[in-house]
Amino acid sequence: MARFAPGDPVRVRPGAKPGHVRTPDYLKGKPGRVEVVLGAYPNPEDLAYGLSGEPGRVLYKVGFRQDTLWPDYEGPSDERLYADVYEHWLEPGGEI
Amino acid sequence: MSRDHDHETVTGGATSPLAARVRAMEALLIEKGVVTEAEIQDNVAYMDSRSPANGARLVARAWTDDGFKTRLLADGRAAAIEFGIDAVASPDLVVVENTPHVHNLIVCTLCSCYPRNVLGRPPDWYKSFEYRSRAVREPRAVMREFGFEPPEVTRVAVHDSTADVRYMVLPMRPPGTEEMD
Repeated sequence: MARFAPGDPVRVRPGAKPGHVRTPDYLKGKPGRVEVVLGAYPNPEDLAYGLSGEPGRVLYKVGFRQDTLWPDYEGPSDERLYADVYEHWLEPGGEI
Repeated sequence: MSRDHDHETVTGGATSPLAARVRAMEALLIEKGVVTEAEIQDNVAYMDSRSPANGARLVARAWTDDGFKTRLLADGRAAAIEFGIDAVASPDLVVVENTPHVHNLIVCTLCSCYPRNVLGRPPDWYKSFEYRSRAVREPRAVMREFGFEPPEVTRVAVHDSTADVRYMVLPMRPPGTEEMD
């Protein structure tokens, strides 16, 4: 079951994890909002090492305000970047 | 941009260290029985049969057939298969629609995720470190270099395809084509 729903504020977990990850560094620790629950997929961080990837991990399309990612962002303050982030990289976030 | 990021820059030529590494890995994978020569050739042939023309045909159909457009936006892979494109092996495909208010830009910062089963291999600039880092950091500057300046009312939406979903843009239908079918 998906832990988060569309509209939920979330934060990408900070910090590193050894090995193959699918969460880019520039999003670590950043606040965003769940846009779409994309569904569960075999965990690519295990698949990369020949494991089954089970149980699957829920994947979310998360929207981030560009000016929270880049302080000197060139463009309107309501522009967003969207990235697909697995549930284990997300924690509940405050209002953004 | 393409002049600085031609094929040689990104992937190296046939005699480059990268090509030598690929040949060595290929030989090892065959020797260890992980893949066969025939499987590699089949895969190359499959990828060679993909083309951006597939994308153009999907887009043109969506412009002229509202029902198809709805299905394309709901499930890109299913719509591509319905259209006759062999995309059964494709990851999930999400099609995002450009409107007067939203202009979409696709990037894969982690590697080179791209809807290959439909469009074929990505252009080399798409895989370059420069595009991958700048598309998220300064998408408007990147678009200007491609010759596009978003109108005042348009917001730029960047999609970083970091995981299991592939993205394709449905551009706006150009003015003056309303009578075309």
